[in-house]
Amino acid sequence: MQELSLNVLDIAQNSVRAGARLIQISVEEDHPSDRMVIEIADDGCGMTEEQIAHVTDPFFTTRTTRKVGLGVPFFKMAAEMTGGSFSIRSRVGEGTVVRAVFGLSHIDRMPLGDMADTMCCLIGCNPDLDFVYRHRVDNESFEADSRQFREILEDVPLNTPQVIQFIREYIGERLENISGGKS
Amino acid sequence: MKSLAELQALRDSMKGRIGVRDDAEGNIRVVVGMATCGIAAGARPVLGEFTKEVEKRNLSNVTVAQTGCIGICQYEPVVEVYAPGQEKVTYVKMTPEKVAKIVNEHLVNGKPVTEFTIGANTK
Repeated sequence: MQELSLNVLDIAQNSVRAGARLIQISVEEDHPSDRMVIEIADDGCGMTEEQIAHVTDPFFTTRTTRKVGLGVPFFKMAAEMTGGSFSIRSRVGEGTVVRAVFGLSHIDRMPLGDMADTMCCLIGCNPDLDFVYRHRVDNESFEADSRQFREILEDVPLNTPQVIQFIREYIGERLENISGGKS
Repeated sequence: MKSLAELQALRDSMKGRIGVRDDAEGNIRVVVGMATCGIAAGARPVLGEFTKEVEKRNLSNVTVAQTGCIGICQYEPVVEVYAPGQEKVTYVKMTPEKVAKIVNEHLVNGKPVTEFTIGANTK
C-alpha cells in the first residue's frame, strides 16, 4: 500500500463483509501532539476473542480463496513503524472498531492520499450501506454523511455516477479547505 | 464549495431519467476486484476511472461494482465485464489508462478488447 487511504479502503471492506449497515471512518490530524489517528468503526457481526487474537497474523484469514490475510497486518505495520500503535475492539453481534495511531511528522508515515476517492469507492460499490466520514485537522473539521445525501436524493440511487462525482468533489474540496490539500 | 443545495438540484435534474435498475435486462455489470491484493495493485484508480467514464458518456445501462479476491492475485487489478448475451470477459493488470478503450469498444460497441484480457496475458 502506498497511501493510508488505501489501507482505510481495505479495512473498511472487512466491515462490509461483516454485514455492517453503518461504517464510520474518522481521521484526526493533531499537530500539537504530533499524532494522526485513523479509526474505522462498524456495526457488523464483530469478532470472537479468538478471532481478534489472530487477526493481526498474516497467515490467518476467514476467506477461502487464498491462505493469507494481509490487510490488517499491513495497517498495523504502517502505524507501528511511525512510533504509533494499533488496536481492535470488537464484540460479537455489536461491531468492530479498528484504531491506528501514527506519528504525524514521522519520516516513515505514509501520506494519507486520496480519501475522497476511498469514500467514493466505498459508497459507489455499497449503495445500500451508510458511511460517515469525519476529518479533523487541529481545530477545523468537517463531516460527510451518506444518510444525509440519501435523504436529499430521495429515489435517486447513491451510486449514480453523477452523484458519486458530486460526493468526490464535496469531500475533496472540504479536505483541501482544512488541510491545504497536504496530508 | 459543493453544497447540499447542489445535490438537491442534481436530484431534480435526474428524476425521471432513472428507470434502469441494477438487474434490468440489457444492463452491463463492470466488477472490480477490491480485496487487499486488488487495492495494493491499484484497483481504486481503475474503479474511479470507470465511474468517471460512465458518467462522462452518460451510460445509464452500466453498473460499476466491486468483488473480493477471486484468487488470481498475480493478475490484479482484475476487472470482469458481464454483458447480456456475452460470456464474462476478464481483464487483467488493469490501469486507468486502459479504461477508456474498454468503455468505448466493449461497453459501448460490444467488442471486448482482447489484448487486455486474461487469455492474452497468460504465459
